[in-house]
Amino acid sequence: MSRMLRGAFVIGRRDFSATVLSKTFLFFLLGPLFPLMFGGIFGGIGASVASQREKPVVAVVASQSDFDTLSAARERLADAIDDEKLIGLVRFAPEPDAAAQQKRLLETSDPPIHAVLTGIPAHPKLTGAIHFDGTTARQLQLMLADAGVTPTQDSRLAVTPTATTSGSLSKDRAITGQIGQTVLFFLTLLLSTMLLSQLVEEKSNKIVEVVAAAVPIESLFVGKLFAMLAASVLGLLVWTAAGAAVIASLKQGGLGALPTPAMGWPGFLMLTVAYFAMNYLLLGAVFLTIGAQASTVREVQTLSMPVTFAQVVIFGFAATSAVSPNSGVGLAAAIFPLSSPLAMVARAAQQPDLWPHVAAILWQMLWVALILWLGAKLFRKTVLKSGPGLRWWRLGRT
Amino acid sequence: MTGAPAVEAVDLVKDFGETRAVDGVSLSVPVGSIYGLLGPNGAGKTTTLRMLLGIIDPSSGTRNVLGHGRPIDAAAEVGYLPEERGLYPAMHARDAIAFMGALRGLSLREGRRRADELLKEHGLGDWAKKPIRNLSKGMAQTVQLLGTIIHKPRLIVLDEPFSGLDAINQARLEERIRGEARNGATVIFSTHVIAHAERLCERIAIIAKGKVAFEGRVDEARSRLRPIVRLRTRASHGPWRSVIPADAREEGDHLVFELPASGPEPLLKALIDGGAGIEALSIERPGLHDAFVAIAGESAAEAMVEKEPEP
Repeated sequence: MSRMLRGAFVIGRRDFSATVLSKTFLFFLLGPLFPLMFGGIFGGIGASVASQREKPVVAVVASQSDFDTLSAARERLADAIDDEKLIGLVRFAPEPDAAAQQKRLLETSDPPIHAVLTGIPAHPKLTGAIHFDGTTARQLQLMLADAGVTPTQDSRLAVTPTATTSGSLSKDRAITGQIGQTVLFFLTLLLSTMLLSQLVEEKSNKIVEVVAAAVPIESLFVGKLFAMLAASVLGLLVWTAAGAAVIASLKQGGLGALPTPAMGWPGFLMLTVAYFAMNYLLLGAVFLTIGAQASTVREVQTLSMPVTFAQVVIFGFAATSAVSPNSGVGLAAAIFPLSSPLAMVARAAQQPDLWPHVAAILWQMLWVALILWLGAKLFRKTVLKSGPGLRWWRLGRT
Repeated sequence: MTGAPAVEAVDLVKDFGETRAVDGVSLSVPVGSIYGLLGPNGAGKTTTLRMLLGIIDPSSGTRNVLGHGRPIDAAAEVGYLPEERGLYPAMHARDAIAFMGALRGLSLREGRRRADELLKEHGLGDWAKKPIRNLSKGMAQTVQLLGTIIHKPRLIVLDEPFSGLDAINQARLEERIRGEARNGATVIFSTHVIAHAERLCERIAIIAKGKVAFEGRVDEARSRLRPIVRLRTRASHGPWRSVIPADAREEGDHLVFELPASGPEPLLKALIDGGAGIEALSIERPGLHDAFVAIAGESAAEAMVEKEPEP
């Protein structure tokens, strides 16, 4: 075992440095950044278009006269600023149970309420999925000041940010899960394709013969797999940092603007990384096994087509289950080893329990080991026998 | 040359599907010797070496490498140069050598240090930090050979090491092999060129069609063969023809045949008494080539014909 790991380390170390120091890796790193950068530029336009559609609506719980004053202030502001850029105001008559009303309003989806303004004119208080310093609060503050409804010494609007409005919470969490799945899927697709072509390069270099004589074949597989994982984690870090920067610059409130997953952000991110690793290891092991059978780039292209297709099917399977992790499909996707990491990421976004993740990761590790073992066996059987000295034999068979 | 052999194989068999590539090969390679695996392409040499190295497992039979039943356990003390050379094209020469050492358990730092030394020794000092793809084919082969011996292995296995080398580099490699053997290493190499085996080896195994046709000392192989008679006579027919073996062949105006078991005297007497009129006569000790043809026989000849794959 220790020899296997030592061999894997030697191979992994070479692969990692060869990958990371190559020019291709720079493109690999920069590749996703280009769409992000363009996304940043065009997203600026897109964001304003989107905000037109999704103009934040604030529910104002006040008497008709108080609302009219505020509404008039909004109109005056609209003369100065484009109406489309202003928040919308909807009046609701105060009810005896203010807290219940507020809760109910935040849960309403028609119209979708982003925040609830209460207590005007004396103690204006804003509650909702908004940022303390965000546009909504600031606009409202301007309107309130203009309407002269801030007689208290504290001219600032009291803002109570909630994580998200509860009405849209579960849906938003499913979205977080799906975003997680999509990111995982594309990353893995990209990486496993790279892994495949690397293995073929190895074989066409004939270096594999030297390696196979020196270390167990399992070392070759494990070393390659983990080197690529390390390289991709490096890439992931760069992308995440860049992505967070772009999101932070685009969306007010930065990452906080995304719906918080059920596990909480730290737990969710940690699990995402873990499932990324598992998803990659699982598919990478499959790709290695398949790639080991191919001997030319053309064969790899022929092979990777159905494999990519199968991946899309698995992705679709996992994505279907994302909305309802506890349904039959959801459980099946979580148990089937190849879709398990994707399905479990979606679960992490929606359900707070930790133990299913521990079980799932152990289950997935078992499969990684199993596929690797099988791959190494197949590799030894089918590839290494077809050495140059045996062409006469292969000829004799046809 | 006493004690346990460096490498021993007993009845190695390897089946690939329905085809038997190696059919009961047994070898014994003494420690510190240069051992040649001789045979036509496709005879099963590479498969035998791969089994000895543990790259593939035999279908049946046992092997013992430097005292280990599983060859991979001896990996740190073995160096292997495969027939088809392979190096990472983007890797620097010294790193490639150090990497091969690292695979065999040498630390990367020590590997680089030795690589620099060895490259300098071989006049490639300036190329140590150049990528392999910039090297000529001969240089790359040297780099791979250095990578094969970087960890000072006790057993060096070279598969067709001379193929693709020019005469000068072939001579250098021969010298290198002798040097390694002088330093106590055991060298096994395969070749289909008899001259190399003849010049280098103490012992050889002649492999044809997956079987060992001969295993032993080179002079034993030679002594298996009777001296060759080349004869030119004035008369083409006569009673003297009865002493010429039936399988004698005509080469130009010469008759070529093995010296009969009875020796040269009855032959000469019959020729003279029969009035053959001897114009030229030579009786030569056979080279390894003749021994090879004689030992490997028809099967080898057939394999030689088959050796080139048809497109």
